[in-house]
Amino acid sequence: MNWSAIWTIYTAEMTRFFRTFVQSFISPVISTSLYFVVFGTAIGSRIQQVEGVSYAAFIVPGLIMLSVMTQSISNASFGIYFPKFTGTIFELLSAPVNFFEIVLGYVGAAATKALFIGLVILATASVFIELQIAHPLAMMAFLVLTCLSFALFGFIIGIWAGNFEQLQLIPLLVLTPLIFLGGAFYSISMLPAVWQTVSLFNPVVYLISGFRWAFYGAADVPIGLSLLAIAGFTGACLLTIGWIFKSGYRLKP
Amino acid sequence: MAFVQIDNLQKTYAGGFAALKGVSLEIGEGEILALLGPNGAGKTTLISVLCGLVSPSGGQARIGGHDIVEAYRAARRLVGLVPQEIALEPFTKVIDAVRFSRGLFGLSRDEAKIENILKRLSLWDKRHARITQLSGGMKRRVLIAKALAHEPRVLFLDEPTAGVDVELRRDMWQIVAELKADGVTIILTTHYIEEAEAIADRIGVINKGALLLVEDKAALMARMGRKELYISLRKPVATVPQALAGYGLELADDGATLVYSYDTSGEATGITALLADLAGAGLKLADLKTRQSSLEDIFVGLTRETSAEDAA
Ligand SMILES: Nc1ncnc2c1ncn2[C@@H]1O[C@H](COP(=O)(O)OP(=O)(O)OP(=O)(O)O)[C@@H](O)[C@H]1O
Ligand SMILES: [Mg+2]
Repeated sequence: MNWSAIWTIYTAEMTRFFRTFVQSFISPVISTSLYFVVFGTAIGSRIQQVEGVSYAAFIVPGLIMLSVMTQSISNASFGIYFPKFTGTIFELLSAPVNFFEIVLGYVGAAATKALFIGLVILATASVFIELQIAHPLAMMAFLVLTCLSFALFGFIIGIWAGNFEQLQLIPLLVLTPLIFLGGAFYSISMLPAVWQTVSLFNPVVYLISGFRWAFYGAADVPIGLSLLAIAGFTGACLLTIGWIFKSGYRLKP
Repeated sequence: MAFVQIDNLQKTYAGGFAALKGVSLEIGEGEILALLGPNGAGKTTLISVLCGLVSPSGGQARIGGHDIVEAYRAARRLVGLVPQEIALEPFTKVIDAVRFSRGLFGLSRDEAKIENILKRLSLWDKRHARITQLSGGMKRRVLIAKALAHEPRVLFLDEPTAGVDVELRRDMWQIVAELKADGVTIILTTHYIEEAEAIADRIGVINKGALLLVEDKAALMARMGRKELYISLRKPVATVPQALAGYGLELADDGATLVYSYDTSGEATGITALLADLAGAGLKLADLKTRQSSLEDIFVGLTRETSAEDAA
């Protein structure tokens, strides 16, 4: 293993993050606060408890997941797309590194940033409501796994994308609807029976459900299934990335 | 043994275009090879395959004895690349960009080494500047600094002096000479023939994906180099006198100059006999001058030949 290379890529990526640290920090704080004002206070006061917790508390896990997933994807996809765009990728391709080391550097940095933002949101939320976390370890594990797997997914998008529009396309067209329909702001059990069945085909449902279970001990789907879903997603992303580097897809003519 | 060994290397791009049609080449350790060739000849493609940027379609290559595909890690550890196109992260600082290259190649931090490289390339004063604040020539220096930062044993310079001023070109040549003294093997491509003439040990000419020749610079010049003797006459002549018909003379300057071409590697140049016959023919000499044909003439001749063959 070329640990030095992994660390070099990781710190270079993190440096870029710290250059825009204030924005990175302020924007999730502001948007989370807005969510609480709108959903927690204005609308939430008219909604009865959901699964035994106040609506404001109920949306916290979904809110964190929403940000963490979009952040992981955009950080990782941009992280690898940018060197492709500027041409600096030549240095990675001609360096004595293998794909696993490149992925660790980029995905690790993207996941770290997303994790940081997830924790900022968690802290902001605890200012507004009294949070309870039933299974703190499981909560952290879910958070870290989600950051990693979605950063892997973002990495694939960054390699696939041929221009900036395509870079935005998947998150916008696929991910946002999946997250909004994935039970971030409601419980699947609130839906009509047919839509409950349809929801089970949405992978994000399993992640949000599992994450919420870590907070409040209640879930839409069994926790084992949630774990399986995230493991399966991570595995699929890893396989795809392995194939990309072996075949040189969109990297080497 | 050859340090860089290229064996029937081929590259056909996805569209079906054959950019390398079986190139074989051996380069010794510490040698400087200049690759000359017109636009689109395949110079960058050859370098890209050797450095891992382009997958080969056939053939093999070894660097320091390591196969570039099977043992890519060991092979690439030895290689530094200065690409033709300037590609740098716009917002990084110069010194960070150079440190990055070193780290990426798995070498430990060495600030003294980096300081030395930056000073040699006159970048030390700019070390905290961001890439966007540099001029084009300075960016090229940064690219060179990045390639040197990981102490390569083989350095590929893809048109390193395109668009740089005289001073940087001199610096470049100086650095190349120093690297050679350290035993670094250097492969450079260039369109400037005087550059190849000035710094290379051997010269390769490539056109349309095929290597037309690789030869010792001196031998190439001697073998293909022809010399011309310019004879200025006191009084112009209308035609070449009959007595001198055997020399293949040409008239220039409205008959004021006779031009005699001869082969420097031949047994005899024929100059002594010519001068005697000139006197015999009653011509009076005003001046004599010789000119050796340059690599440029050789190069243009070679590539024109291949183009003509294609047309036929
Ligand atoms: N990615 C690619 N896909 C298809 N064709 C390519 C690709 N890259 C290069 N080529 C073609 O391969 C040929 C050789 O290109 P190459 O860049 O190796 O030339 P070169 O000798 O470096 O030329 P120059 O002096 O202009 O830099 C050209 O005809 C070019 O159009
Ligand atoms: Mg080129």
